Amino acid sequence: MEAKTEIKNAVPGETKRKVEGRSLWMDAWLRLRKNKSAMFGMALVIVICLAAIFAPYITKYDPYDQLIWKEGPSAKLAPPSAEHWFGTDVYGRDIYTRVVYGARISLQIGFAATGIAVVIGVILGSLAGFYGGFIDDFISWLTNVIFAFPFLLFVLALVAYLPPSLPLMYMSIGIISWASFARVARGQVIQVRKMEYVEAATAIGGGDWRIIFRHILPNILAPIIVQATLEIGSIILLESSLSFLGFGVQAPKPAWGFMISEGKQFFLSGQWWWSVFPGIAIMALVMGFNLFGDGLRDALDPRLKQ
Amino acid sequence: MLNYIIRRLIGAIPVIVGVIAVVFVLTTIVPGDPARLMVGQRGNPETIAKIRHEMGLDKPLVVQFVDFMKNAVTFNLGKSYRNNMTVVDALLTRLPVTIKLAIFSMIIAVIVGVPLGILSAIRQYTWIDYSAMIFAILGISAPVFWAGLLAVVLFCQVLGWIPGTGIGNGEWIYYVLPSLVLGLRPGALIARLTRSSMLEIIRQDYIRTARAKGLAEKVVIMKHALRNALIPVVTVIGIETASLLSGVVVTEQIFSIPGIGRLSVEALVNRDFPVIRGVVLFMAFLFVFANLIVDLSYPFFDPRIKYD
Repeated sequence: MEAKTEIKNAVPGETKRKVEGRSLWMDAWLRLRKNKSAMFGMALVIVICLAAIFAPYITKYDPYDQLIWKEGPSAKLAPPSAEHWFGTDVYGRDIYTRVVYGARISLQIGFAATGIAVVIGVILGSLAGFYGGFIDDFISWLTNVIFAFPFLLFVLALVAYLPPSLPLMYMSIGIISWASFARVARGQVIQVRKMEYVEAATAIGGGDWRIIFRHILPNILAPIIVQATLEIGSIILLESSLSFLGFGVQAPKPAWGFMISEGKQFFLSGQWWWSVFPGIAIMALVMGFNLFGDGLRDALDPRLKQ
Repeated sequence: MLNYIIRRLIGAIPVIVGVIAVVFVLTTIVPGDPARLMVGQRGNPETIAKIRHEMGLDKPLVVQFVDFMKNAVTFNLGKSYRNNMTVVDALLTRLPVTIKLAIFSMIIAVIVGVPLGILSAIRQYTWIDYSAMIFAILGISAPVFWAGLLAVVLFCQVLGWIPGTGIGNGEWIYYVLPSLVLGLRPGALIARLTRSSMLEIIRQDYIRTARAKGLAEKVVIMKHALRNALIPVVTVIGIETASLLSGVVVTEQIFSIPGIGRLSVEALVNRDFPVIRGVVLFMAFLFVFANLIVDLSYPFFDPRIKYD
């Protein structure tokens, strides 16, 4: 949002000057635009998101199509070529196509699980920060307990107990990842709670929920967005580890981690492409979110404003 | 000091109780009957009822929880469904390998990460800084299992520097590659943090004073700046211990190392629930303990922090 303010000229005869006010977000965007690595990260994320959305238009193959039935045995484990950019796997499936479709799975899990974690974490953190006392003690204790578990092992154990399904996986990851958001939200709410505008809202009789959601939350969004951007990267890494170990997305879905695991034996015997390209894809996407998140943090942190 | 340790230990009790409670909830939501899982589909109802009674599954949930709590605190974690070995024995036989791997990795992470961070900070905006930070961002973004796979192919197969996967007869050479791979992420994080922490500190007045009074640059950096810059780094080492314990799961899998990580994957594949429960509990305890040690080390880096 850009607020334009017309300043009336005090000196008669001089023309009116326009002073442009800038919102916090506009200011942050201008700073972010100057940060080359953040822009590179953002470009990586956007390119991969577009590839995921328009997957059928950027590849002529189907991710499940076993080309050995159409193109003969030459399509089995074919090295990268003009026809198959990233080569083919042992079933003759086009690896480029599978990598492109695999982006859908990683992004879906990244966004959905982070979304769940943000909602749970922000609500719990805000309640803890706003009410203090016993509620704060209880929620902070719960946060510390969740932090004590090694993330991957905890998710593995949870996934092992549940039937395999994609939505259950989002939920399991989301339910375990909320703790960092609760910590950030709690700290921010404690800072903001004492501000005059919150006091004013209380004075005019605003209810607690209204104060939290209408007045406090919009003012603590920045650090939560930064945390969420960085968290998407970690969740994508986590999902790829799960798939690699065989506890994530089930075959024949083209999950990147699972592709690396499928191609592992062939990598050791020289057919490197099956495992290498999905790995590069994971690294690029995670790096994109990390660089963008770092840039956002610098852009939104007023202390760094010069 | 002793008082402080005792107080921190008491402070950790609620977290440990919470951990046990979460693991209990996790194991009671399991679909299907653990007793049936143990005897398999062919077991007759009497045997299953007998096993349910032996396992205490016929008691009310509250009683089960209290029993579980008692057993967890006394490390009576039950027996594996697979080989009748007690879970504690299974953990203890695998533990030394994992501890060795984790410690080596952390040492590598610190001896690579800290100097890299210092160099980046004192040579800010030079090629040294840029290359160190590119290494760091790659280290944070690359999946551990993929880095491990690349390392195995490169160092074992192409170059032949390292004999291969597994741990042989426990020779140190077998730990080099897995530790490097596992230490990559914490090393990269430590490098980034040391850099930003150093950058903040070398602009402080007392550093200017140290330079003004004619101290050698090396002394200014190593004695005056670094010690202060290391405080946040120590915190991250504590936090990263947790991700290291997660990383162990995939690293041990890639390198065929018979540690706790591999034990947990085997248990998951076999749906050996007592072992899964034991590993999760044990890892969480280890994490609480690692953070306690980190807390106790703060005063060493910053004398303003006291044990009181």
